[in-house]
Amino acid sequence: MTITTSPTVAAVEAVGLRKRFGDTEALCGVDLHMQWGEVFALLGPNGAGKTTAIRVLTTLIRPDAGRASVAGFDVVRDAAEVRYRIGLAGQYAAVDPILTGAENLRLIGRLAQLPGHLIARRAGELLERFSLSDAADRPVRTYSGGMRRRLDVAAALVQRPPVLFLDEPTTGLDLQSRNDLWATIRELVAEGTSVLLTTQYLEEADRLANRIAVVDRGVIIAEGTAATLKSRLGATVIELGLADEAVAARSQAIVDKVLPAPAERENSTLRITSDAGPRVLIEVLRSLDAANLTPTTLSVREPSLDDVFLSLTGRHTETDTGHNGSAPEVKPR
Amino acid sequence: MSTATMSIPAADVVRRNRTEAAIRDSAAIAWRNLIGWRRVPQLLVFSTIQPVVFVLLFRYAFGGAIRVPGGVRYVDFLMPGIFVQTVVFGAMGTAIGLATDLKSGLLERFRTLPMSRSAVMAGRTLADLARNVFVVALMFAVGYAVGFRVHTSVVALIAALLIVLLFSYAMSWVFAVVGLAVGDPETAQAAAFPVLAPLVFASSVFVPVSTMPTWLQGFATHQPVSVVATAVRTLVLGGPAGSDSLQAVAWCVGILLVFAPLAVWRYKRTV
Repeated sequence: MTITTSPTVAAVEAVGLRKRFGDTEALCGVDLHMQWGEVFALLGPNGAGKTTAIRVLTTLIRPDAGRASVAGFDVVRDAAEVRYRIGLAGQYAAVDPILTGAENLRLIGRLAQLPGHLIARRAGELLERFSLSDAADRPVRTYSGGMRRRLDVAAALVQRPPVLFLDEPTTGLDLQSRNDLWATIRELVAEGTSVLLTTQYLEEADRLANRIAVVDRGVIIAEGTAATLKSRLGATVIELGLADEAVAARSQAIVDKVLPAPAERENSTLRITSDAGPRVLIEVLRSLDAANLTPTTLSVREPSLDDVFLSLTGRHTETDTGHNGSAPEVKPR
Repeated sequence: MSTATMSIPAADVVRRNRTEAAIRDSAAIAWRNLIGWRRVPQLLVFSTIQPVVFVLLFRYAFGGAIRVPGGVRYVDFLMPGIFVQTVVFGAMGTAIGLATDLKSGLLERFRTLPMSRSAVMAGRTLADLARNVFVVALMFAVGYAVGFRVHTSVVALIAALLIVLLFSYAMSWVFAVVGLAVGDPETAQAAAFPVLAPLVFASSVFVPVSTMPTWLQGFATHQPVSVVATAVRTLVLGGPAGSDSLQAVAWCVGILLVFAPLAVWRYKRTV
């Protein structure tokens, strides 16, 4: 017998989720609604509550208040039904280092209640798909970090769950591994899997998700498609470094006259966000040149999570938002 | 695209009743843990060196100074105690193994799966029981080599070894709770030793309780390690074994009744 899932209910739904760990309020009233077939990204810095939200939705911890359901089943009351329909891959590669890759997948297959005749076949298919066939019979402790992560994601797919949760799937991965994983996630979505993922990277949310919710201090502070979030922000970030703060202040006064919205100044740096980047850049440089001012540094880039954050909260994200190798989020117990 | 007309792929799973799922899942977990012993045999080797060293030390270094009442040879007094001591210290392995899986996030993955809630504990303790069958057999051989002899019958010996294994199984569940509670392999080991040392040394394992001060004798006589050691001793050396065995089994069952539900309860809520 297979587990059928009703398409008339939401894939994931949460209303007023709250969770406290000691003095820390990890979730302070989170509402979510994810449709079938969607890729929904929770975007936020370390400690924003993303992992806690995932842990509630995957039945690992109970919320203090509010309710949540996956495929129409309550994550507390009907936790067993929820577990038949979900897969979870985390930022920690939760695989057994002593078993081989193939043994890990067969073990998860058994425990996920896969029918016996499918276990070995599914393990083989997934090893192939994640380019692990050559390493299938090697103990996992001999795998590289990227291989372990791929195996971890493969393990979440053994029973072909209709709803897949990915907690910071690419944190700490190199560029190649990250791109490969993105391609695989897109394939899964094309096959009909609904995906809820968390990330610290705007670029990742942008590339993968239909909808993005920006999370900060346990609440969702903005929600929409990548396009709507970016249009609120401006598609291009221009940063000008000036000689010192006095020069920067003078420059700010000058460029503000030619800009539709005022520039932000931080010490000797001016930051301008715009969705008409090239034209704005020309005008800014022309007006500075007319005043005999030359920036010492210049960068033009796509907005990062930090920029989205700054524009939404007026604060920087508290951690490094570089695209490689930032520290993993501390897992609350 | 309308959600009402979209087809949602179903997960490929089979529904099983609780008992069948519990047995299958426990077997899968036990298999996984036994592969670990086979693939990293150093773990098994090092965990058996310590009891062998204890046998040699107590047989040859301390044994000469220890007089056992009733004219029993010290090696015959010692070995039943060694069997019990070995499985008690070995039970720390259950705590270390579970704490390792908890720390690595593997238990978290298991908890998101539609598997039996008791299988992770049951599979781990069953694998540890299998290891103990091997370890106890090995200790019997070592004991035989240094002069230990059974004075009763094969049936009594088997009964004695079964009591040792039952006790080892009960202690595994105690340490399952410890492993889940501390959640870190090094801490599990550090936390277990100060609890185990008084149980093993303030007992009849190595010396007769009658040599201890009166205030200690009450504890040393009735605590589970002594009760089990005494039962095993009576079974292999002779004497009225019925009441001793009954007491030992009662301790094992009592420990299991308390700690097995406690371990499963902790597993459900901790991870």
